[in-house]
Amino acid sequence: MAATKQTTRPQNGEGVFPYLTAAAAALILLLTGSILLVVLWGAWPAWQAFGPAFLATSVWDPVQNLYGAIPAVFGTLVTSLIALALAGPLGIGTAIFLSELAPPWLKKPASFTVELLAAVPSVVFGLWGLFVLAPWFRVGPGQFLETNLGFLPLFQGPSLGIGVLTAGLVLAMMILPTITAISREVIRAVPQELREAMFALGSTRWEMIAKVVLPTGKVGITGALLLGLGRSFGEAIAVTMVIGNANLIPSSLLAPAQTIASLIVNEFPEAFDLQLSALLLLGLLLFIITLAVNMIAVWLVQRTTQGIPSSQEKRPVKRRTLRRFFSNGQ
Amino acid sequence: MASKKLRKATGYLLEFACLLSALLVMLTLCLILYYIFRRGIAAVNIPFLTSLPTPVGEPGGGIGNALIGSAIMVGIGSLLAIPFGILAAIYLDQNPKSKLAAATRFANRVLTGIPSLIIGLFVFTVLVLRTGNYSALAGGIALAVMMIPIITLSAEEMLRLVPNSWREASLALGASKKQTVLMLVLPAATGGLVVGIMLAVALAAGQTAPVLLTALTSRFWLENLQQPAASLPVLIYTYASSPFPDWQEQAWGAALVLVTTILALNVAAQLFIAVRNRRL
Repeated sequence: MAATKQTTRPQNGEGVFPYLTAAAAALILLLTGSILLVVLWGAWPAWQAFGPAFLATSVWDPVQNLYGAIPAVFGTLVTSLIALALAGPLGIGTAIFLSELAPPWLKKPASFTVELLAAVPSVVFGLWGLFVLAPWFRVGPGQFLETNLGFLPLFQGPSLGIGVLTAGLVLAMMILPTITAISREVIRAVPQELREAMFALGSTRWEMIAKVVLPTGKVGITGALLLGLGRSFGEAIAVTMVIGNANLIPSSLLAPAQTIASLIVNEFPEAFDLQLSALLLLGLLLFIITLAVNMIAVWLVQRTTQGIPSSQEKRPVKRRTLRRFFSNGQ
Repeated sequence: MASKKLRKATGYLLEFACLLSALLVMLTLCLILYYIFRRGIAAVNIPFLTSLPTPVGEPGGGIGNALIGSAIMVGIGSLLAIPFGILAAIYLDQNPKSKLAAATRFANRVLTGIPSLIIGLFVFTVLVLRTGNYSALAGGIALAVMMIPIITLSAEEMLRLVPNSWREASLALGASKKQTVLMLVLPAATGGLVVGIMLAVALAAGQTAPVLLTALTSRFWLENLQQPAASLPVLIYTYASSPFPDWQEQAWGAALVLVTTILALNVAAQLFIAVRNRRL
């Protein structure tokens, strides 16, 4: 029974473990810093060659080594704004349905469907957009716009199927889950007491939503829209497949165009020297814009979902969902 | 004030609009899945999954090398990102208020906020441009860079869920901090860690742009990691953009395989969460 074996006490001996974990944390910092530095460094020759004029020139001519950002920036902005205009109302409407209107048994599976849509890879959206959406769009809505609204500069020219509007449509489908899921969490964070107070005052369900829920969640919903916008700015492959890749300012919404991301995907494999640097400069621009939009958006959403204390216990916000859709991932 | 009837009618109308938008979102997913299944199923069979691509016009090409390439690159990404992410998460969990922790959290936010294309540009400039060739290794590293912040963030959250009283009990029994983390906290958080890893793998498997810029593609079996490698997403991209109908058909087949894998991972993760929540 006597304890003969002497046990060695852990002599506060953490060994290298704490250093190992600190090193991993520091490496993430280093990695992020070096991404910025490497892109900056790669973009530097182009910035030296063109300077701020890069942002104000619309020529993109690898033969003469002249590069300007206007068409790509323009394409990115237009397609993303189309996507936001389409997906914004739809996403918010869906979020209202999922959090306020749907019967309890439907909420979970329906929300899961939205998350599944977010999991579909970009290239699959591109494939679907190219072979299903574009042909349908060419003879359907595109043809309609061409014949009936073709007199407007916005819709002039033949309906090709691929082009600015189709790219906007595909982008809208891709950012719908982001806008929906984040808006839903924001709406969930609105305190139940406010809803009950509105009902007590005799309002209808919709009045409660329109006059209390949406105004309370306004800031967070704006954040959700911005997150969607940021995601569509950076979206590469799907857009490349359906936008038609013509590097000029499109004459109408039915014409092919180019975005920053699609230009990089198209020209990167064959680019070298100044062209490569110009592409990296575009990449840097994209980096800064998407990062700024994403940061602001996350800040807005977190302000809303964390700022309303009384709701937390009854309807906890799903941090997992938030985290997942904060990413510009796909 | 409008009459009660009018107020109710407006409400129903707008609620109906919300219902319609929800249906439209569901319809989008259904449409995509329907077409992928319908057009993909014709292309998928055993030889398709195991053979090399053939030149245009020659029947019978497959996606075997792309499947292996994808698996290897996602594997490299996981091998690098999982230990890395979990170690960083342990640091954040143990030193939540240190300056390094604050900086790392910020860096993580930045990493998740930048488009995957930029990560491709980064790895291209650092590795491909230096070594002079596209490689499976570079592709795997690009995927690792994508996965690291996701795994770190989810792991940190999972570690935080382990009650402090447990840690205190372990320390009170004389265990070191390291022992507490490795033998108590990590095992307790395993379920959550697995879910986070599954979602990160699903995300990495679907990436096109970062892989295209770093591993390019190949029409042969991968013989070593220094070579360009084929992958499912890049194969779908190149085949879909080609003018050849048989390649386009194979793109649908590959899409079916890719989407099935990714959705299965997502559903599995969701089931995992559901089962665990029920048990708690």
